[in-house]
Amino acid sequence: MKQYIEAIHDALFEEMGRDERVFVMGEDVGVRGGVFRVTTGLIEQFGESRVIDTPLAESAIVGVAIGAAAAGMVPVAEIQFADFILPAVNQIISEAAKMRYRSNNDWHCPLVIRAPYGGGIHGGLYHSQSMEALFTHVPGLKIATPSTPRDAKGMLLAAIRDPDPVLFFEHKKLYRLVKEDVPEAEEVVPLGKAAVRRQGDDITVISYGYTLHLVLEAAEQLAAEGISTEVLDLRTLRPLDEAAILEAARKTGKVLIVHEDNKICGVGAEVSALIAEQALFDLDAPIRRLAGPEVPAMPFSPTLEKAYMLSTERITAEMRKLAKF
Amino acid sequence: MVTETLKHREAGLTDEEVKEMYWTMVLARTVDERMWLLNRAGKIPFVISCQGQEGAQAGAAFAFDRTKDYFAPYYRDLCLMLACGHTARTELLAAFGKAEDPNSGGRQMPGHYGDRSRRILTGSSPVSTQIPHAVGMALAARMRNEDAVAYVSFGEGSSNQGDFHEAANFAGVHRLPVIFFCENNKYAISVPERKQLACKDVAERAAGYGFEGVVVDGMDPIEVYRVVKRAVDKARAGGGPTLVEAKTYRLVPHSSDDDDRSYRTREEVAEAKKGDSIVRMKTYLLASGLLTEEENAALVARAKVEVDEATRYAENAPYAAEETLMLHVYAEEGAARGHETVH
Repeated sequence: MKQYIEAIHDALFEEMGRDERVFVMGEDVGVRGGVFRVTTGLIEQFGESRVIDTPLAESAIVGVAIGAAAAGMVPVAEIQFADFILPAVNQIISEAAKMRYRSNNDWHCPLVIRAPYGGGIHGGLYHSQSMEALFTHVPGLKIATPSTPRDAKGMLLAAIRDPDPVLFFEHKKLYRLVKEDVPEAEEVVPLGKAAVRRQGDDITVISYGYTLHLVLEAAEQLAAEGISTEVLDLRTLRPLDEAAILEAARKTGKVLIVHEDNKICGVGAEVSALIAEQALFDLDAPIRRLAGPEVPAMPFSPTLEKAYMLSTERITAEMRKLAKF
Repeated sequence: MVTETLKHREAGLTDEEVKEMYWTMVLARTVDERMWLLNRAGKIPFVISCQGQEGAQAGAAFAFDRTKDYFAPYYRDLCLMLACGHTARTELLAAFGKAEDPNSGGRQMPGHYGDRSRRILTGSSPVSTQIPHAVGMALAARMRNEDAVAYVSFGEGSSNQGDFHEAANFAGVHRLPVIFFCENNKYAISVPERKQLACKDVAERAAGYGFEGVVVDGMDPIEVYRVVKRAVDKARAGGGPTLVEAKTYRLVPHSSDDDDRSYRTREEVAEAKKGDSIVRMKTYLLASGLLTEEENAALVARAKVEVDEATRYAENAPYAAEETLMLHVYAEEGAARGHETVH
């Protein structure tokens, strides 16, 4: 049984052992092993030239990684918290995302940027944000948001081997919350493929990251009430697995999309628009979305944090409404 | 003129190299002037110019090993690009935005250079983003124990951006083999140096990052070569980065969309033209006996013929087919050109 955080560590460890071009860089990733301890032991195994404690400067972390990637290395850059990725946005969107396109396929940028995101860990405004929608808008990037340890490992292997820049968002609350068997043998989980986490016939719930686990709990509760739920884990936000989304939507005709990030122009907006464009006449109810509130970020105090976060209860209520429509 | 005559040899340049340097500068100026003509004739939509900075670029380019070093140029580095192997034809193809343009296949505006086969990294329009990239290329070279140095250029305005400072700090901490080459042309579009920099020289900024900063007369290509060569040799020997600030002057507006009469006097520009590095180099070569007036006229005529031919070719070359719009957002199956062309 492995925790999500161990799975990520293992993927880094194995890839660095397999391919000497792979290296990690970021604030505190070396001697400290990362503030979450994801990179523990890497510096002892691979040395400080491949496990680089960088100066505190996010744009340089990404920018230097881009240059190294272009020159033939495979960097895995860590942004300590997704909230702090904003100084690097110019490097990510203007540079990494466009390098292949603007050079007419002459240059490319096989880079992974890891960033812990999400709330519910008493992190306040600036250690809780979900930044994925911002980047999901950008062609040229791939956005991975694994929700299980097995996926965390397998998708990180895929991200490192991908010839294009991948943003790898790890939900902090999942780090030590979920455990599962992760095969010893190498298992690469391809990017761009959603996963059906539960089969059902009455309603379809689409989610990713931490809220996926709340959805699965809710589905279990509703099963006792006789409501059968199909649960789709998006896993990758760009490219979206459009075929899997449409299939899951058509299967029950009733769709709820759940994510922690706020609703307006969020991932749910794209998923619901896709379904509306291509599967409207297979629906039996309006598409519903349940998402974080429209406030700038998650407050620190426990009451407000709780009010911000989705819960199994809220999701159950929403699913029940949809089933009864 | 005896000591002057020896200057390029003292700097380590052969007679052939110094003549090649001059030819590259003349060709760059000829290409650049042609682009303005084409723009004013309505044939190409945009020009961004290297005029006034040819000497600095030629001096710097010749100081590198152009068979193995890495380059992250900025949008005025036309002369450097020609020194690195691009031609009048390739750059006119870029000016017309034609499919054959090796920089971007006509996807980017002119002046956005790149060529993997020559280790010239593709560049963008937001300034200074290329500076951390060069540091990353130097880091990659170091990690592979390659004997390569990275060149990155930018204007003095760009040295105010966070990316300059973050990259310089990173390179300083890791003592990476990278040359920060600031082509200080006195203006960030219309904003003069005194409104951009609180320090006297951009070169002073290097001290804050633990490495050497050097000011050089950017209108003197041989002196630029000498200073940059020293920095490159030091970097190759493990001595870390250097910031070289070449003092130059932009002789024309920022771009074809700019009118510099609104922010500087004609007298100032006329005065700057007297120090034009091309004139200076010609005078030097004549005095050294490496060039005669007749040879110079032939060389100028040769540049014109090359640019005429290049213009004809580029104007008639095809644009990218519409069907290619969606290509190369990501690696197409089996279509990616891998790392193999770089090292």
